[in-house]
Amino acid sequence: MLEDFGGELLEWTVIVCLVAVAFSVVILLIRIIIGPTNADRAVALDTMGINLMAFAGLTAIHLVTTKLNDVILLIGILLFIGTIAIAKFIEKGVIIDRNNH
Amino acid sequence: MKNYNDLILRTMTQLIAFILLGFSVYLFFAGHNSPGGGFIGGLMTAAAFILMYITYGFDNMSKVLPINFRAVLTIGLLVATLSGIGAFVFGEPFLTQTFGYFNLPIMGETELATAMIFDLGVYLTVVGVTMTIILTIATDQKEDSQEQAGM
Repeated sequence: MLEDFGGELLEWTVIVCLVAVAFSVVILLIRIIIGPTNADRAVALDTMGINLMAFAGLTAIHLVTTKLNDVILLIGILLFIGTIAIAKFIEKGVIIDRNNH
Repeated sequence: MKNYNDLILRTMTQLIAFILLGFSVYLFFAGHNSPGGGFIGGLMTAAAFILMYITYGFDNMSKVLPINFRAVLTIGLLVATLSGIGAFVFGEPFLTQTFGYFNLPIMGETELATAMIFDLGVYLTVVGVTMTIILTIATDQKEDSQEQAGM
């Protein structure tokens, strides 16, 4: 009885969290499109990537699998490099420096 | 431009680049049975290289890492094609793959698959293509005379 309740609670929690994360992605998309400055867009893109990691984690809970853990790590790494590139572009205007420039 | 403070980026790159390279090797060997494989492993290696290029600049990195990535791309395509042609020796159709269990000295009984050779070709091709595209765009510069002439 109690285990059934726990399983159902987990299922509903995962569904509610997925809906909330999807709503958050829609709001972030609006911020990316209308963002007044490029820094706003950079932060919004970073947060959208974190939401993607949340999607992968919630899907892993929903499907009861450990195969998606690599995907979460992968999204995190690519997001990190992308955020560094955007930050360097906003600050210096060039991403890969050359000495003769 | 010279007095640009990026101590945090430089310190973290020394650590994170090696984590990325190790993770790419793990992804490469995890392939064909679980998530991973040549493509995503190559993408991770290219990500580590690009992180180092962003941090240390193009001129320093071409001294540290004197690799012609167009040659890497060609070697990768050659390896992938030859692993497919190798099936002809045994009278099988093109790109036939097989696997077997061998007793290696340290690792014990290990599964070795010929798909790994094809994966190696994919790995080298992905590294070569990604780095060629990004470095070509990054080192592109327009001549001033052309810019003034409106070309």
